[in-house]
Amino acid sequence: MSSVQTTLPPQTGQHGFRLRSTHVRQFMMGFYILIFFAYLFGPLVMMSATAFNDNTYPQVAPWNGFTLKWFEELITDSFMVEGFINSLVIGAGVVCLAVPFGLAGALMLSQIHHKVRSIYYVIVVSPILTPGVIIGISTLVFWDWMGLMLDADFESPFYNGIWLTIIGQATFISSYTLLIFLARLQRFDSTLEEAALDLGASHVQVFWQVLVPFLKPALISAAVLAFLTSFENYNTTVFTIQAESTLTTVLASKVRLGITPAVSALAVLIISLTLVGAAVHEVLRRRERTEVKVG
Amino acid sequence: MSANVELENLNIRFGDFHAVKDVNLNIRDGEFFSFLGPSGCGKTTILRAVSGFNDPTEGAIYIGGENMLGSGPNERPTALVFQSLALFPLMSVADNISFGLKVRGVGKVQRRKKADELLEMIALSDQGDKLPSELSGGQRQRVAIARALAVEPKVLLLDEPLSALDLKLREHMRTELRRIQQRVGITFIYITHDQGEALTMSDRIAVMSHGVMQQVGSAQDIYDNPATSFVASFVGENNPINGTVIAAEEGYVSLKTDFGELRGRNERGLQPGDRATLFIRPQNLCLSERGDFDNCIQTTVNDQEFEGEFEHLYLAGDSRNLVVSLINDGAIPQFSNGSPISVGFHSDRAVVLPAGEMAYE
Amino acid sequence: MNNLLLPIASLIGAGLVILGLMFYRRSQHATGSGFGHFLRRNGVFVSSYLILSLLGWIFFMIILPQLYMVDFSFSHNLPPSKIGGPEDVYTTQNYEYLLFGSPGSEDAFNWLHLKVFLRTILAAVVVTIIDLALCYPVAYYMAQSASSGKLRMMALCLLLPFWVNEILRAFAFRILFGSGGVFNNVLMGMGLIDQPVDFIRADVGLYAGLSYAYLLLMIFPLYNAIESLDHSQIEAAKDLGCPWWRVHFEVVMPFAKPGIASGCTMVFMLSCGALAAPQILGGPSSLWFTQIIYQWFNTGGNWPLGAAYALVLLVVCIIFVMAVMRLFKVSFGEIIK
Ligand SMILES: Nc1ncnc2c1ncn2[C@@H]1O[C@H](COP(=O)(O)OP(=O)(O)OP(=O)(O)O)[C@@H](O)[C@H]1O
Ligand SMILES: [Mg+2]
Repeated sequence: MSSVQTTLPPQTGQHGFRLRSTHVRQFMMGFYILIFFAYLFGPLVMMSATAFNDNTYPQVAPWNGFTLKWFEELITDSFMVEGFINSLVIGAGVVCLAVPFGLAGALMLSQIHHKVRSIYYVIVVSPILTPGVIIGISTLVFWDWMGLMLDADFESPFYNGIWLTIIGQATFISSYTLLIFLARLQRFDSTLEEAALDLGASHVQVFWQVLVPFLKPALISAAVLAFLTSFENYNTTVFTIQAESTLTTVLASKVRLGITPAVSALAVLIISLTLVGAAVHEVLRRRERTEVKVG
Repeated sequence: MSANVELENLNIRFGDFHAVKDVNLNIRDGEFFSFLGPSGCGKTTILRAVSGFNDPTEGAIYIGGENMLGSGPNERPTALVFQSLALFPLMSVADNISFGLKVRGVGKVQRRKKADELLEMIALSDQGDKLPSELSGGQRQRVAIARALAVEPKVLLLDEPLSALDLKLREHMRTELRRIQQRVGITFIYITHDQGEALTMSDRIAVMSHGVMQQVGSAQDIYDNPATSFVASFVGENNPINGTVIAAEEGYVSLKTDFGELRGRNERGLQPGDRATLFIRPQNLCLSERGDFDNCIQTTVNDQEFEGEFEHLYLAGDSRNLVVSLINDGAIPQFSNGSPISVGFHSDRAVVLPAGEMAYE
Repeated sequence: MNNLLLPIASLIGAGLVILGLMFYRRSQHATGSGFGHFLRRNGVFVSSYLILSLLGWIFFMIILPQLYMVDFSFSHNLPPSKIGGPEDVYTTQNYEYLLFGSPGSEDAFNWLHLKVFLRTILAAVVVTIIDLALCYPVAYYMAQSASSGKLRMMALCLLLPFWVNEILRAFAFRILFGSGGVFNNVLMGMGLIDQPVDFIRADVGLYAGLSYAYLLLMIFPLYNAIESLDHSQIEAAKDLGCPWWRVHFEVVMPFAKPGIASGCTMVFMLSCGALAAPQILGGPSSLWFTQIIYQWFNTGGNWPLGAAYALVLLVVCIIFVMAVMRLFKVSFGEIIK
């Protein structure tokens, strides 16, 4: 491996010692990584276990026997179900805003004059570095004031928690999608656009038939990321959601008010879904790889 | 089908940088026309102006007599073959070729038919379903040309299309391109910095330097009767010898040089007193003892190089080595470096041009 | 006063748009105005999509709300009917409140809130340092030692927990550290303690939970930075007799500076802006600054005051980012990757 060769005479006595200390270090490293992953998964495993314990508190011990009743409680909990549906709606809304916004932002970056480019970049990625609560608050007070200025009806989107949450979340999720698109666009050969134009395509045709197919993988991952980020967001949502609720805010109030193993049951569901998703992703990637090899 | 392209007083600037200067040109119907010039001389810039990607700062472009001002690249009757080819990587070869028809709303059956026709022309009949990445370099090259031809342009523009290919393939593609042009009969505007390509394929060639068009003419013309020092030094090998005109008569001038008085053809109306450069090609320089020459140069040998059919001598010149190419008839003497030598040439083989920019360094 | 913002903001916005379009690739094209060129390059449809999207996002979602929040934080807490009325004037009372408390209070300073504020910042710094220390060895191992199969496995394992909702992650730590939680059970079972330890009150749960929550945001920037370090540099350093720990301080860490800066910025920002973890894992007596903000918006019913507090938090974050950029001599672009 090493391309560097020592020109000093080998120090045999020290060498043996060094070898041993390297082994000890390697062993320690392995041990540390084990502990690290235990820290990563231990809490989730423990929490999952409590979902099956027949105990009114989410505890592992004492073990009162295996039960599935917490799952039952979960799906009959109308708050949870309502929050879940709202979360889906908001997630879909955020995807609809954040994907086109992020794409527009990324497309503009390469076209804008270099003198204003760095300012522009700071502006479009600043939502990532802004605490979520602040985005929630600014969205809330701004649209509240807009509603007031425009004399909007209290039923209007200006005061509607779902709308505000979509807008608030899309503010920073668009920055995430922008970064995804930027990474993909770096590999885009812009002469392809010129070639299409030269062959008589209109700008709209160039957009849909050349740019969008190229960006397809990025579009998919941006949409998935936007949805998942929206689904689990709390900090922004808790300010903008007002009278409505999402799964996350329902969960938070449940956990704060009194803890029940039903929450653990939900965690088990989410963790299982995540595992399945990861497995599918892995299989797809493997297949894609073998396809490339065959082709 | 085809159309002529007229560049009228074309000027293109990028900010303060003047990329194309006062180009006036009429490229004829169905002509194979080449722009030849060193890298950065403005060839691509002209081509992009003709296809509509950048606007002339001054002047106008007419295609088939129509002013192209204000029409975008998708509205012009031109098609461009890109230097990088720019094949759509996610579309099959056939889809690439029929892309231009698809965006014009041509039906699927007709598109397929046209694609098959063109695939046959470029000898890739059974490869239509492959992706561009699955083709070889030369095949990709032909697909790019077919894709441009599919939209039936009046003018095909080619930006150094062969530069990415290896030498062998490049030579093969030259004949191929010429064949395609003769078959479709439309105007080809071809860009290259490879003079071999320009000389073999073109009906006419424009030689450019620093945004200025130096000369327009047939390959023969440009090789035998260069109009400027730049053309003389850029096209083919040439030996420049600097001097001052001392006499001009009957189409010839006499030049006072470091090697004494030399005579050559006066194509540009030089007058006594003018600074001028005499150009003589390596194959027109001979050993003095082998013939009766009206010009003679006494100098020393710097180097001798054997190359099969030819033997090259490098002699001390006034600014750079003079190259002499002798046909290897088996009787060429061996010179030791530094030994004196005398070479001569006929006056009608040398051309004398006003001193000016050279293509070397 | 609120009538002032809209014209100013519109002016700034219009200025930005015009500037952007005027400067639009000036050097790249030969003739024509910037906007004309923009239109010609993108076509009407794409141009309007770009302009509308960017107006909507940058202007109505990023710039205007932030500007308005600044404006709003300088206003009195008025019922809607009085907004725009004679009482609607600028005031610094919200900021004074954070510093000095309500006018009637006997203390010179609002120690209650100031303490919470300082504690939040300090705790966020501690969490950042913990995460850096925890993640560095793992990132180094992944970047320089792990085989590619192992690496993929580790990356996957790292990602998995982070798709679990942040509330649930905090909840898991509550289960671990609660009075009837796993740790107390284990410790009591081993006979080390006979009374449950209140880990929550001691904020152990909070620190563990917060560090856990942002591990990923530390590990990946670190990994990316260390990964691009040529392994032969490390070997060269070792070969020249550098002890292993100095290799890290003198070769690897200086090289990984942008990654460290990026990870630290993200973790700090997210920890001091965290709300869920403190709400769930925070002890009953210790508040997080965001919780006070939350109270002003919720039960406290004083939005301008909450906005002022939020703005102070934002300013701290901006200062932190700038300080990191200075300290590590990295550019903004390197922090966000
Ligand atoms: N968009 C642009 N902005 C500024 N300068 C440009 C631009 N495009 C080209 N130039 C300049 O114009 C000059 C001519 O460029 P052009 O691309 O036409 O050269 P070329 O003759 O095609 O060279 P090559 O053989 O290397 O392709 C170059 O000096 C180049 O730097
Ligand atoms: Mg070029």
